[in-house]
Amino acid sequence: MSFVDACLYSVAGLLVVFFALFLLMIIIKLMTVFGDAAEKRQKAVPAAVGPIPAPEAAAESFSLRQTGPMAPGSAGELKLYDTEPRVAAMLMAIVADELKTPINELRFLSIKEIKEDTDK
Amino acid sequence: MSILETLGRLGQTSGFYMLFSDWRQIVMIIIACVLLYLGLVKKFEPLLLVGIAFGMLLTNLPGSNMYHPELWDLYIANGTPVAELTEELQSYVAAHGYVFANDIVHMSFTEIIHSGGLLDILYIGVKSGLYPSLIFMGVGAMTDFGPLLANPKSLLLGAAAQFGIFAAFLMAIGLFKFPANVAASIGIIGGADGPTAIWLTSKLAPDYLAPIAIAAYSYMALIPLIQPPVMRLLTTKKEREIKMEQLRPVSKKQKVLFPIIVTIFVCLLLPSVAPLLGCLMLGNLFKECGLTDRLSDTAQNALMNIVTIFLSTSVGATAVYYRFLTAQTLFIIVLGLIAFEFATVGGLLLGKLMCKLSGGKINPLIGSAGVSAVPMAARVSQMEGARANPANFLLMHAMGPNVAGVIGSAVAAGFLLAVFGG
Repeated sequence: MSFVDACLYSVAGLLVVFFALFLLMIIIKLMTVFGDAAEKRQKAVPAAVGPIPAPEAAAESFSLRQTGPMAPGSAGELKLYDTEPRVAAMLMAIVADELKTPINELRFLSIKEIKEDTDK
Repeated sequence: MSILETLGRLGQTSGFYMLFSDWRQIVMIIIACVLLYLGLVKKFEPLLLVGIAFGMLLTNLPGSNMYHPELWDLYIANGTPVAELTEELQSYVAAHGYVFANDIVHMSFTEIIHSGGLLDILYIGVKSGLYPSLIFMGVGAMTDFGPLLANPKSLLLGAAAQFGIFAAFLMAIGLFKFPANVAASIGIIGGADGPTAIWLTSKLAPDYLAPIAIAAYSYMALIPLIQPPVMRLLTTKKEREIKMEQLRPVSKKQKVLFPIIVTIFVCLLLPSVAPLLGCLMLGNLFKECGLTDRLSDTAQNALMNIVTIFLSTSVGATAVYYRFLTAQTLFIIVLGLIAFEFATVGGLLLGKLMCKLSGGKINPLIGSAGVSAVPMAARVSQMEGARANPANFLLMHAMGPNVAGVIGSAVAAGFLLAVFGG
């Protein structure tokens, strides 16, 4: 095979790889768009029925998830209340370890220090 | 016959006597021991290198008769008239008393099982493409495509890193004058994917299987040494310090659909890649669907371990001294390194472009993880990112291009097989 032919095959090969993976990227994006839309529709149904009475803490975490638009490509921001980032990182690692679940498969919305009432 | 004559004959049939009939056998035994040292002591991909090195040792012990490359040459020459075979093969046929109907070579797996050695029998799994595909099933069962689904742009980085395959292919033809099928097999080393390299080489250039597999696995083990200098050379400190946003969560439904969609789409696009990619995605489906945990466990543990033993020893066995100790082997080792470096360059350059286009939101270091050595390349991106900025956590971001590289190298292999597979 001549070097020129080899160059042409190389360009063609690289284009095929890019084409295949680019189309896969489009498919994944479409999958995400349709998946998110379906998820939103599912969430909209219980919202129409009305809010479910919940304990104060649960309501707070729910409101945290709803406040502000989620950054693109992000799982959202973790809210910390009276908690050092270092301690939060440790707590998340411990929870992941206890649940035997990779930390990237968990989503933490907020971490709040529960202060004990010293008068009691 | 006197006792002395008997002892003399016994001595002449011993391996020690035959060992000194050709110095290259001794060299190969030394090379096998060096590779064993690298695997066992230096821990270079020990799960594969130990088997490869031991297979190499067994096949070069004179008189062991465990592997016969001539049998496989005859298998490749199926349908060829005996008169058109090389002199070496014709004398092999005559010496072993093979009689073919109409003097046309007919060598089947059944005949190889019948007259071959243990490693010939194991090698059938390589030749048929069985082992690499089963290894891919295990890889699929161990791989989390979540980071790729969370950031689909990673796929482009996985594609860019395949540049190494085609750069090495070009050099193999332009500089070293290898035939196209051999050049394609050498190029696939740049995919940094052992099973893919073995799968393609066993089909395109089986005589070069041992040096290509050894180069691929050795360089994969050396990625922490090969990649960082190029990464530092092509990126600025400011780029390496870029912190990336946390990846979005990926639903289980997406993870289950992904292997099915990829299989349908890629196998329709390039049917030749179906055995590899199909098995990769089947393994991943076992993992993600949540209903086949036992199958997933078997694919990633028991099956993977068994196939690794068979694959590594039989690939090592192909390193027979009179075929391995050639100048071509050295060229392959050099081209393999070039392929890895160019693969890293390809991924990094696209990473830099994406960094510019995204306004500095993408750290270009994740581009180098597009070479598919999972998860070693992603770890190197993480290490280099953390070196520039200790608060930088690139591992999950780099896993996207890393697993995209597995798909990319399989697609590249499918292309090369479709073009040069005859």
